[in-house]
Amino acid sequence: MRKVKEFIIEKLILLCGLASILFVTLIFLFLLKEGIEVFKSVGFFKFLFGKSWYPISEPPQLGILPLILGSLLVTIGAAVISIPIGIGCAIYIAEIAPQKLKEILKAGIELLAAIPSVVLGFIGMVTLVPLVKSVFHLPTGLTALSGAIMLAFMAMPTIVSIAEDAFYSVPKTYKEGALALGATHWQTIWRVLLPAASSGILAAVMLGIGRVIGETMAVMMITGNAAVIPHSIFVPVRTLTATIAAEMGEAVVGSEHYFALFAIGIVLFVISFAINVTADLFLHKRQ
Amino acid sequence: MFKKGLLILLAFVISASAFAAKNENSIQVKGSDTMVNLAQAWAEKYMENSPGELIAVTGGGSGTGFSSLISGTCNIAMSSRSIKEKEIALAKQKGIDPNEIKVALDGLAVVVNPSNLIDKLTVDQLAAIFTGRIMNWKEIGGKDEKIVILSREVNSGTHVYFKEHVIRKNNPNSKEEFAPSALMLSSSQAIADEVAGNPAAIGYYGMGYISLKQKPVAVAKDEKSEYIKPLIENVLDGKYPISRPLFLYTNGTPEGLTKKFLDFTLSREGQGIVLATDFVPVKK
Repeated sequence: MRKVKEFIIEKLILLCGLASILFVTLIFLFLLKEGIEVFKSVGFFKFLFGKSWYPISEPPQLGILPLILGSLLVTIGAAVISIPIGIGCAIYIAEIAPQKLKEILKAGIELLAAIPSVVLGFIGMVTLVPLVKSVFHLPTGLTALSGAIMLAFMAMPTIVSIAEDAFYSVPKTYKEGALALGATHWQTIWRVLLPAASSGILAAVMLGIGRVIGETMAVMMITGNAAVIPHSIFVPVRTLTATIAAEMGEAVVGSEHYFALFAIGIVLFVISFAINVTADLFLHKRQ
Repeated sequence: MFKKGLLILLAFVISASAFAAKNENSIQVKGSDTMVNLAQAWAEKYMENSPGELIAVTGGGSGTGFSSLISGTCNIAMSSRSIKEKEIALAKQKGIDPNEIKVALDGLAVVVNPSNLIDKLTVDQLAAIFTGRIMNWKEIGGKDEKIVILSREVNSGTHVYFKEHVIRKNNPNSKEEFAPSALMLSSSQAIADEVAGNPAAIGYYGMGYISLKQKPVAVAKDEKSEYIKPLIENVLDGKYPISRPLFLYTNGTPEGLTKKFLDFTLSREGQGIVLATDFVPVKK
């Protein structure tokens, strides 16, 4: 009897484990089925590298190069801002901060992660956007830079908490050995702990970037959404996610526009899948 | 997506039941997408006031509205344009007598920051600005500042209307587009806020959104014409160039529920809903 019970529970848990894979597969298949249609009429390369996005014109122009570049620009900007700050923060929490401050900092970062993105977007719209406009003397503050700064806030909690774990997982003996050899605290951190934790930190960075590229609401509110190929970070951009969110509601089901939005979904899926796999590789390398 | 599916399902259920019943207690309203929200708001209020009567509203475009009025599958057609000669002829063949009722007006204001020197523009200049041919305010007599174009997202009826009537100047064969550098904002309020805070911005939206923080530009059809401010009275007498009437069409003189619903749309309450959905009432 006990064996039967054990068996049933085991299988049930197995089912739960497989469920997520099943769902991912189903979602991907659905995306593929809906998105592939657009390549019949537009062509794969014309879709990916087309420079104009006018989805409701007759005939529609469905080139997503400006959208891809917009997403990349915002993501790279956010990474440049959040990676140094995030890793610095992780080092401070893991190595330097006294116990009490550590608790406060960790709670603060968790709180940052808990702020809904629409709230961050709203705050960005009323504070950051006018600031960016006046500091850089731009015609408008709704730019890739504003988006990058706001998204850096969103990536930071992910980066800090995973990087911090990476520091903790470095064996104590490394640190003690370095200190015993006469290295200073900073030398120990820089030459011993950082290299030892590097794969975990890379994973942290990757997951942070994954968070940024999939973010929709805040970007849509503060990047201006102009589907133009960006030549600097001070211009408005339109991201892949914002395009789907803004246009899905009205796209006629079964139209080219509708399929094109699903194809954008495929592109996003592939990008974040690649990022997650890379992060996973780094994490496994560490273990 | 799920919501959309549900809505379609609901529309099917409602229309199915309407056809099944096909009685005095239910009517079909079909046509212009621009007017769907307005008609829906009317229908909801009307059904709230008189329970037991059913008004089903579907979109599809003005042309769809006319073709279903002609084929007898709807009681009221919504349209943001007048009926064409061809459609009248077709209707007469089928024994349908289209009867036009003007229920609202649709006026679009072009707005700039109050500190902007520009206070009047022609439709040609507007087209040149929004397509990106004029890039700097000084080209039309303003300060030396790059123009920041603000537009609604492509899902907005206002976007489509502005593109067809200003950028393409009512020419169906025109291939003109909004400049790619145009900022796409998700609501009229977002445009209002950006214009209020940005001296170089220009945007457009329904007249209801104008406040003291934005300056509506007077618009002229061409250089020789008078520049007209987007005010309700100017839209009412048809002088303001970027406005159009919105119609409901019935077969012959309306009767029964159709008449009651039409009377409601023109009543004080109905015209209040027109204002609330950012159109211009035809009756004050």
